[in-house]
Amino acid sequence: MRAEPRISFCSEARDGVRDILPLIAAALPIGLLCGALGVSKGLAPAEVVAMSMLVFAGGAQFAAIEIWRTPAPILLLAFSTLLINARHILMSASLAPKTGLFSPLQRFLGFAVLADENWALSERRASTRALTPAYFLTMGAVFWANWVIASTLGAIGGSFLGDPRRLGADFAFPAVFIGLIAGFWKGRTTAITVVASALVSAFVYLIVGPPWHVACGALAGIIAAYLAAPADSGIVG
Amino acid sequence: MSLDPVALTAILAMAAVTYATRIAGIFLAGRLALRGRAASAFEAIPPSVLVAVIAPTVLATGKAETTAAFVTALAATRLPLLGTVVVGVLSVVILRAWLG
Repeated sequence: MRAEPRISFCSEARDGVRDILPLIAAALPIGLLCGALGVSKGLAPAEVVAMSMLVFAGGAQFAAIEIWRTPAPILLLAFSTLLINARHILMSASLAPKTGLFSPLQRFLGFAVLADENWALSERRASTRALTPAYFLTMGAVFWANWVIASTLGAIGGSFLGDPRRLGADFAFPAVFIGLIAGFWKGRTTAITVVASALVSAFVYLIVGPPWHVACGALAGIIAAYLAAPADSGIVG
Repeated sequence: MSLDPVALTAILAMAAVTYATRIAGIFLAGRLALRGRAASAFEAIPPSVLVAVIAPTVLATGKAETTAAFVTALAATRLPLLGTVVVGVLSVVILRAWLG
């Protein structure tokens, strides 16, 4: 089956934009908050913008802003970032085999903007049809631009923004994640995974503190799924 | 507008570490042929990571956030993503006003 390449490119790109739109709406207030918090912690607006452009990872950026000092503790910041973003290794390992239509350049450029949200959507897409560079790259570019623009506005707006808690905007982040988790639901094993990950993450967060809760909670959920699955289920990943 | 050299170095280090995690899977992917329990564990990675990121907000912030998260989870079984987010944000605003 051969599709007309131009029509296929446009419809794939359009699907990418359509799928990422709700996540853009959710990421926008988070980006504003990230920029505003960064400036309040003593980063120059240009530094906040550079971080959003080059790092492009909300969780790691919030953690970095939290531990930011002058002069910047380079090793501590790099280690915290590695810990929070270690999940990308598993995410890209899972998605890479589904990028058969990508050229190497498209793969290495596209994966530079791999984030929880566009990765989750790409996995969902790949479960029903072939993942195209048009879909993935358009979605990634739009999501990246949104994050950079939002955090730039946040950095400039800074203190004028007020408390995002007042509007419940801070809860958009967990709400998006809950919606995404529902999309990965596969019954009993998922339920056990979610409970194990949530309890261990919250426990580690309270006892040890961030950023360890992400790695520990994720690991607990993965181990729980391993133990909960029948030994001979024979599903090939 | 000034970029402090130490701050810039820190940002570049963060960026390099992050890019490495993003492309590492490309090199690993061919060598992972998973079946059985290993496949099940690998499939559990996305929900497991997503839960671990938000668990402190959901379980260790306050009654309003915990309740709102359960309302949101209920909404997620019925609604598309944007609807779920709207329900989540509205419920947290109402619950915060109600539960303090």
